[in-house]
Amino acid sequence: MTAPKTLYDKIWDAHVAHEDADGTTLLYIDRHLVHEVTSAQAFEGLRLAGRKVRAPEKTIAVPDHNVPTTLDRADPATMTEESRIQVNALDTNAKEFGVHYYPVSDVRQGIVHIVGPEQGWTLPGMTVVCGDSHTATHGAFGALAHGIGTSEVEHVLATQTLIQKKSLNMKVEITGHLKPGVTAKDVTMAVIGETGTGGGTGYVIEYCGTAIQDLSMEGRMTVCNMAIEGGARAGLIAPDEKTFEYCNGRPHAPKGAQWEAALAYWKTLFTDEGAHFDKVVTLKGEDIAPSVTWGTSPEDVLPITATVPHPTDFEGGKVAAAERAIEYMGLEPGQKLTDIKIDTVFIGSCTNGRIEDLRAAAGVLKGKKIADGMRAMIVPGSGLVRAQAEEEGLAEIFKEAGFEWRMAGCSMCLAMNPDQLSEGERCAATSNRNFEGRQGYKGRTHLVSPVMAAAAAVTGYLTDIRDFA
Amino acid sequence: MEKFETITGVAAPMPLVNIDTDMIIPKVFLKSIKRTGFGVNLFDEMRYNRDGSEIPDFVLNKPAYRNAEIIVAGDNFGCGSSREHAPWAIKDFGVRCVISTSFADIFFNNCFKNGILPIVLPQDQVDALMKDAEKGENARMTVDLVNQEITSSDGEKFSFEVDAFKKHCLIEGLDDIGLTMAKEASIDTFEAEAGALRPWV
Repeated sequence: MTAPKTLYDKIWDAHVAHEDADGTTLLYIDRHLVHEVTSAQAFEGLRLAGRKVRAPEKTIAVPDHNVPTTLDRADPATMTEESRIQVNALDTNAKEFGVHYYPVSDVRQGIVHIVGPEQGWTLPGMTVVCGDSHTATHGAFGALAHGIGTSEVEHVLATQTLIQKKSLNMKVEITGHLKPGVTAKDVTMAVIGETGTGGGTGYVIEYCGTAIQDLSMEGRMTVCNMAIEGGARAGLIAPDEKTFEYCNGRPHAPKGAQWEAALAYWKTLFTDEGAHFDKVVTLKGEDIAPSVTWGTSPEDVLPITATVPHPTDFEGGKVAAAERAIEYMGLEPGQKLTDIKIDTVFIGSCTNGRIEDLRAAAGVLKGKKIADGMRAMIVPGSGLVRAQAEEEGLAEIFKEAGFEWRMAGCSMCLAMNPDQLSEGERCAATSNRNFEGRQGYKGRTHLVSPVMAAAAAVTGYLTDIRDFA
Repeated sequence: MEKFETITGVAAPMPLVNIDTDMIIPKVFLKSIKRTGFGVNLFDEMRYNRDGSEIPDFVLNKPAYRNAEIIVAGDNFGCGSSREHAPWAIKDFGVRCVISTSFADIFFNNCFKNGILPIVLPQDQVDALMKDAEKGENARMTVDLVNQEITSSDGEKFSFEVDAFKKHCLIEGLDDIGLTMAKEASIDTFEAEAGALRPWV
């Protein structure tokens, strides 16, 4: 009998193409997702070396980081010269190397981590990589998914493998059930608050427990998306009936007899009883509150009922970092988080740009107006999410509330396109990073869930969704 | 890839924790489709005012550190985005080695693909080297990858761990893709077997 294995062990073992005596492994990659910002140099490297893409049928490209999200984006003048060069380079490379491609003009275009699952490219038990740290998102399907650098993008394009050493196993269990107003975003932020941004370094996290099982696929993607913010190589959730139902019928999911074979295999993808975890973190679902970040690292997170901390609350190098963050964010220690006034609200990103996120925001915004002077935008994660939101009447709710209703892309999550904060502008954002300058030079970001962002847009302040009527 | 055996140079102290890749190279510089030329924008928002003038207090603008070849940094260096532009900028500036208590995973891997050596040491040793780096341009450290040893400006020695395969690639300046291509038969075999087991992939 073989030793009990974790879900990560099982997926790893099923993808070892070669292993050296020291554990250095060639890990086979089932799906390679590509976007415009981290791929141009990799394709150029192939060209210079006279190499081909080994498995173009397993390679999927979509522009997302740079693309404008305004309605007039078909007009090339909406892009800067540099952005246009980068998007055009992806166009050319996708055609020349023969990979699957969703151009800006295709309704299926969107954020690469939303398009992959939506089109059925991402399936349980796969290895998925992309030159983007939020590739962790795909772990929600019980796929081993992580970000890579451009040299590794080139390596995967050329060989369909990565040179890897196995990570350690970490279990994050959320017991019980979440209370009303608490979402998947609050769960993933609470975990980072517990472990710190370096707490997952060297590990692959498996999220489990009843509160995780309760989540929809969209919510599970939100949780896994931010595994990287906790330093982990990847986050995983064991596939179950919800996963299978989500995958069934997607354009690139298996059909007929292949579906049945796949399903039988997917049902073996769980952590065996007694399998070893190198680190275990347990949180009670009932203890998690709607959360918000006050500083410039995702670990600077607190329940919305808290106050801005004092630098002396911390130890070591974190004291100076907290001082710097409080100054950068223009806050005072002891200030109530709900007293922080917001200029801008951004709802979107690979963390919270899916249909369920938009439904949740619309539930808060229905019949309401955004505060005077508030700038608010909703950027759907894909063209299909956008179309569905229009069909369900959500777009009308957003527009009536005073939100801008945009086209799909990464947008203000990283502000590589024209969607940026100005100096000192304060934003409640459903994205994943509150780093200095992330959303624009000297811009100030507070990370929140979609319902908290919607509530802030209405009141003009960071708001406890549980008190919002 | 440029080989790395031993370097001797000035080390810049950057004690801030959680220095992320957005700080190392802000996104406005990610629009280039080349791998070079990023050094001038390394740490751009910490290093320059909006009008392009230098911020004199920033460590790499101080006369002693303008030609630094080593950075001694706070915990969790390189966290955030996977952008390889971060190590490209560090290398292009002239830094070949970063020393910290911990690094983010993707950044750590990216360094080795670009001839940069990231070294992990315990807190007390990083603190000692940080102090040494704060002495300025007379404090030149030596990083010897072959013998896995750092020598501070006053001769104190610190040994460090490094993955044997990664060390070999750095010292020889080896190209990963070339190495993997030599194992193509294993990949072919795996692909055939996995394709039979999981034909839907």
